[in-house]
Amino acid sequence: MKALVSIKRVIDYNVKVRVKSDGTGVETANVKMSMNPFDEIAVEEAMRLKEAGVVTEVLVVSCGVAACQETLRTALAIGADRAILVESDVALQPLAVAKLLKAVCQKENPQLVILGKQAIDDDSNQTGQMLAALLNWPQATFASKVQVADGKAQVTREVDGGLETVSLKLPAIITTDLRLNEPRYVTLPNIMKAKKKPLENLKPDALGVDVAPRVSILRVVDPPKRKAGVKVPDAKALVEKLRNEAKVI
Amino acid sequence: MTILVIAEHDHGTLKVATRNTVAAAKQIGSEIHVLVAGNNCGAAAKAAAQIEGVAKVLHSDAPQLGEFLAENVSALVVSIAKRYSHILAPATSNGKDVTPRIAALLDAQQISEIIAVESPDTFVRPIYAGNALATVQSKDAIKVITVRITGFDAVAASGGSAVLETLVAPPDSGLSAFISREVSKSERPELTAAKIVVSGGRGMGSGENFKILEPLADKLNAAMGASRAAVDAGFVPNDWQVGQTGKIVAPDLYVAVGISGAIQHLAGMKDSRVIVAINKDEEAPIFSVADYGIVGDLFKVVPQLVEELKK
Repeated sequence: MKALVSIKRVIDYNVKVRVKSDGTGVETANVKMSMNPFDEIAVEEAMRLKEAGVVTEVLVVSCGVAACQETLRTALAIGADRAILVESDVALQPLAVAKLLKAVCQKENPQLVILGKQAIDDDSNQTGQMLAALLNWPQATFASKVQVADGKAQVTREVDGGLETVSLKLPAIITTDLRLNEPRYVTLPNIMKAKKKPLENLKPDALGVDVAPRVSILRVVDPPKRKAGVKVPDAKALVEKLRNEAKVI
Repeated sequence: MTILVIAEHDHGTLKVATRNTVAAAKQIGSEIHVLVAGNNCGAAAKAAAQIEGVAKVLHSDAPQLGEFLAENVSALVVSIAKRYSHILAPATSNGKDVTPRIAALLDAQQISEIIAVESPDTFVRPIYAGNALATVQSKDAIKVITVRITGFDAVAASGGSAVLETLVAPPDSGLSAFISREVSKSERPELTAAKIVVSGGRGMGSGENFKILEPLADKLNAAMGASRAAVDAGFVPNDWQVGQTGKIVAPDLYVAVGISGAIQHLAGMKDSRVIVAINKDEEAPIFSVADYGIVGDLFKVVPQLVEELKK
């Protein structure tokens, strides 16, 4: 069976983001970009299913600007078999990405689509669920364990109260949480091999998808700053402050 | 303009998150309906009808709604969506799971985790782990929104007298099935609703060592939380995680013990009213957001703190 993994190019998680002074967004010029960490977990999970003999082909897809090719090459270096870039200069919102992925799924017929639960840039946490809705497939979000057998995926999910396990009929959508796996390091020989793997370029128009943004961003500002407080010498002083100054206990 | 709020409940009781979400709805418009969907959730529906400012409660009871499977809940909401200008759910794990599915079925671009309402179509939401705040405007006919519950003070649980209406659920989708649930049992307050939270980080060193936080949490009647590092290391269960991708909390008092203060952790707790940090590294970033800090060995400071609190 074929697994499709959707990946997003985002500002690297180690970068301290800076809001642009004109309030239109955050600074992305000369900033290190990487694969969204949750998507890396998604690629890793697909690879493990392939290594376990469940999945036969891993297809990675990214929707965005031409530079997303680099992110796709990283996924190919992790081990994915081939890649599709749906290239667009429009700032794609989750619903548009879900529509593009739906069109790709209809061409490629994967049995399993794995996505990161959220991207660390817009923190939306929507695309997987939206794709599941558009395809009328079942969904298991926030996965911490995945087992695939007999036309079903059994997924353990991280939920507010603990863990929950559901069974999905394939084809199905899974979104990854942090503890699903620990992604492997990419090795130099695999980076070299990845350069030769097929990478197809598609355009939203060719897929018949209108990607115009539905939500306008009016402004982006810094959050209110918290003032650093004071150091207190010991527990006694702390309790005194909490009781008499902050009055929280 | 009528607003639908999807209730968070465990069938018997209604979760506070529902009332935080009603608070957000009140800032958008005046006619508020609450949907209570589940299996044998009559008690939760009755509680919803008491909430201040709620005009109508839609009560949908069916076996296929019992586990809040997104496929079934979304079909139910979509069946009545056309009556509403806004559909709101709390950004709990249930809300995050089902709401985007509803939005896509309505061809709406959801707005996730709003923390403020500027107008009926304009909202503020954090992006980049709360390192920036975006003001966004929706052009969709039905606005589908999740609400960060720490952004809105809950409305009163009583004072309302909403009409109760029964809603018939669509049949089971047949796409997914519930297998099991492992609920972390705890006598402590819920992490996202607690007035005081005591959290431990990598500095705790082991799951066993988290025990030294228990007397402190007991003394303060606090919920217990953890940083991602502590959860990843297997010290404590996943549902303790506070941070960008875990739980977002804003208690009156947050006590961070052995937590360095990574950006993604700060994203989950920096709206707390008072923050206390106990860490042996005086350069730890947590001190830059803490109101009160103690530089020292947590294994000495925490027991001393418990003793002082007894006085």
